[in-house]
Amino acid sequence: MFIKKLTTVIAISAFATSVSAGCAFENNIELKSLSNSFDAMKSVTEAMAECGNVTSTLDVDFKDKQPEAFAANPSLYQIGGVSNGTMVPLLNAGTIRPLDDLVAKYGSQLKPSQLITVNGQIMAIAMMVNNQHLMYREDIFNDLGIDEPTTHAEMVAAAKFMQSYNLVDYPIGGTYKAGWNLGEEFINNYLGNGGAFFGEGNAPSINNATGVATLNTMKSLTEYMDPEYLVADSTYVQQQFQQGKIAMATLWATRAGAMDNAEESQVVGKVKMASAPMGTTRPASTNWWDGIVLATNMTDEQADAAFRVAMEGIDTEMVQANNDDAVWLIDGYVAGSAAAGAIATANNGAAPYPSSSPGMGAMHTALGNGIAAFLTGKKDAATALADIEAAYTIAATESGLM
Amino acid sequence: MNPKTFAAFVGPSIVMMVLFIALPLASVLKQSFYVTQPVYEILEVETCTPTFTGQLCVKEIKTIPTIGDNGKVITQTSFVGFVNYQNVLELPRVINAFANNSWQQFMAIDFWRALRFTLSFTFITLPLVLFFGLVIALCINNVAKSIRGPVIFISLLPMIITPVIGALAIRWLFIGDGILTSFLEWWLVRDIAMFGQAWTIELMMMFYRVWHVAPFAAIVFYAALQTVNQDTLESAVIDGASRWQKLRYVILPHLMPLIVFVTLIHLMDAYRVFEEVIGFSSQAHVISLQWLTYDFLTSDLMGNRSIGRASASSMLTMIGIMLLLIPVLRGVWIDYKDKRL
Repeated sequence: MFIKKLTTVIAISAFATSVSAGCAFENNIELKSLSNSFDAMKSVTEAMAECGNVTSTLDVDFKDKQPEAFAANPSLYQIGGVSNGTMVPLLNAGTIRPLDDLVAKYGSQLKPSQLITVNGQIMAIAMMVNNQHLMYREDIFNDLGIDEPTTHAEMVAAAKFMQSYNLVDYPIGGTYKAGWNLGEEFINNYLGNGGAFFGEGNAPSINNATGVATLNTMKSLTEYMDPEYLVADSTYVQQQFQQGKIAMATLWATRAGAMDNAEESQVVGKVKMASAPMGTTRPASTNWWDGIVLATNMTDEQADAAFRVAMEGIDTEMVQANNDDAVWLIDGYVAGSAAAGAIATANNGAAPYPSSSPGMGAMHTALGNGIAAFLTGKKDAATALADIEAAYTIAATESGLM
Repeated sequence: MNPKTFAAFVGPSIVMMVLFIALPLASVLKQSFYVTQPVYEILEVETCTPTFTGQLCVKEIKTIPTIGDNGKVITQTSFVGFVNYQNVLELPRVINAFANNSWQQFMAIDFWRALRFTLSFTFITLPLVLFFGLVIALCINNVAKSIRGPVIFISLLPMIITPVIGALAIRWLFIGDGILTSFLEWWLVRDIAMFGQAWTIELMMMFYRVWHVAPFAAIVFYAALQTVNQDTLESAVIDGASRWQKLRYVILPHLMPLIVFVTLIHLMDAYRVFEEVIGFSSQAHVISLQWLTYDFLTSDLMGNRSIGRASASSMLTMIGIMLLLIPVLRGVWIDYKDKRL
């Protein structure tokens, strides 16, 4: 009896939202989506939910679930949120479907730049671009008369100068959590210094002067960080910023909007976004995009509904309501101050994340696992890099790439 | 009991054990000798992706897995002998490290680094679990009967909490400016970063494990305390035995079989230490064997997993547990034989 009542309540509430909210149609087909969890994705999935019958799972570990969940037949999720990195395993396994006919039917409002094509077939719809940029406390920098840092050396100099004034707990913040985050930091810095990850036949090529210089730069920054930097992920650094504990950090552009969120931030209006610090050749950052894919293993009716729901999720109305969540690619977006750093980073020539190299997955994992030993002083730079190459070689050989 | 009744009683559990323990184990053993790889093809692919300024189309020669007619990636599985084990153990590097007489080089190899931590974790927590388990049991045994129920309930709480949740709770007490770190900082008037160096993290991990497991030991010991022979205790008192002597010569011998039992369980459990590594994000400093297996199984950004190495590492973990248990089991066996004679 109680259960029956409860389901009725849920059904009514779902019905009620689908009527009251801004969705152009009423969705009657049960749909599920799986994606990463960050503010922009929350906005998109909330907009999708307005159509009714959409359940969204937002999970920071989505990339471990997605390949298996989409390989199931029928797929466990119809809609997936991906980035340029996380689309690759789905694409390689053939578990995401071409969207050309759906775009022709329902996608007239999409800009050409939103269409991600592989050999001419549309495989994903992009909604935003992302990279890591420098965020710093403009008030502190102005008070102390320090210029906006443009390189890591300038960041370190500013941190050193700042330390004697005791204005913040730690001058620098960084997403140096061992694992994926730490690997990403190295990739950004190494690309910024013009390094190449692979030689002939997917062989690793990071144990060189550029690699050593990159590691040394990273270590010089950690000296001004919270000593617990090896457990700091993006959310942790974002919160340190919001609580006024740090004065500068290279952080994802999608985290910029949170600085001016008065509900959780104590530094509203005080954080300025600037270009990521320059390496020797380009900014120490990588360009990413985020978008939406549809599973291969579902019926065409489901795909039809899923695509229409996804289009409602990434429409102009959603962007206008959540303008500062991200650098949107969607019509109606106005680049504000939150996007200034990301755009400056891109204009300074940041490289895209090298997800097209087949060995990049194994390399990223090996880097994420191997760099901490150098930062904690257990290994010197050359040994750490040699060990990372050895770990990569074993993994790449096992997966047949070498 | 006639053989037929015996079979009827034991049969179901043997079927279950074969189905859920023996077969999966055999499958893991087999997989540890094989490697499965996708069949790659080298193609020129044109990809168009968005950038901050517009669209970027690039043509690249790519190595990508071949997709078969059934829509699945074509894979080939080949027998590789002990290659997976070699890749986990990395013996040439071990020999090299020994040749250089370098502990540091030895500890740079993941498996041995994990083994070092796993063993020290197991052997440091074991006596602590036994000790605190006994202390808690004796305390419960000595409180007034009227409040014994609630006291047992409260002392069992750490065991009831889901392991990962317990680990995260302790993590949040200490991470950053967590409530206990702030207290310690105020008390000691100095900056403290509990997650900043290996030894404090190891300390928290061990503290957590003892906190979590000691109640189990306590409840087992408490049960046994109810069956201590009261006559022997009384005669000990008449002989003028002190409190300590009663414990040492009457109670502990009585508890011995259960101390061995708790030791066995704890060795098996602690050798598979995993929740702590995840809960305290200790991978930058210390990793365990079980975590290593998990890491092999985690797919990288391209969707590749090291199933072969994960299987090999699981088998090695099992062998490790067996080696640890043999001395204890041998002791039990000898004891048992003596008693029968």
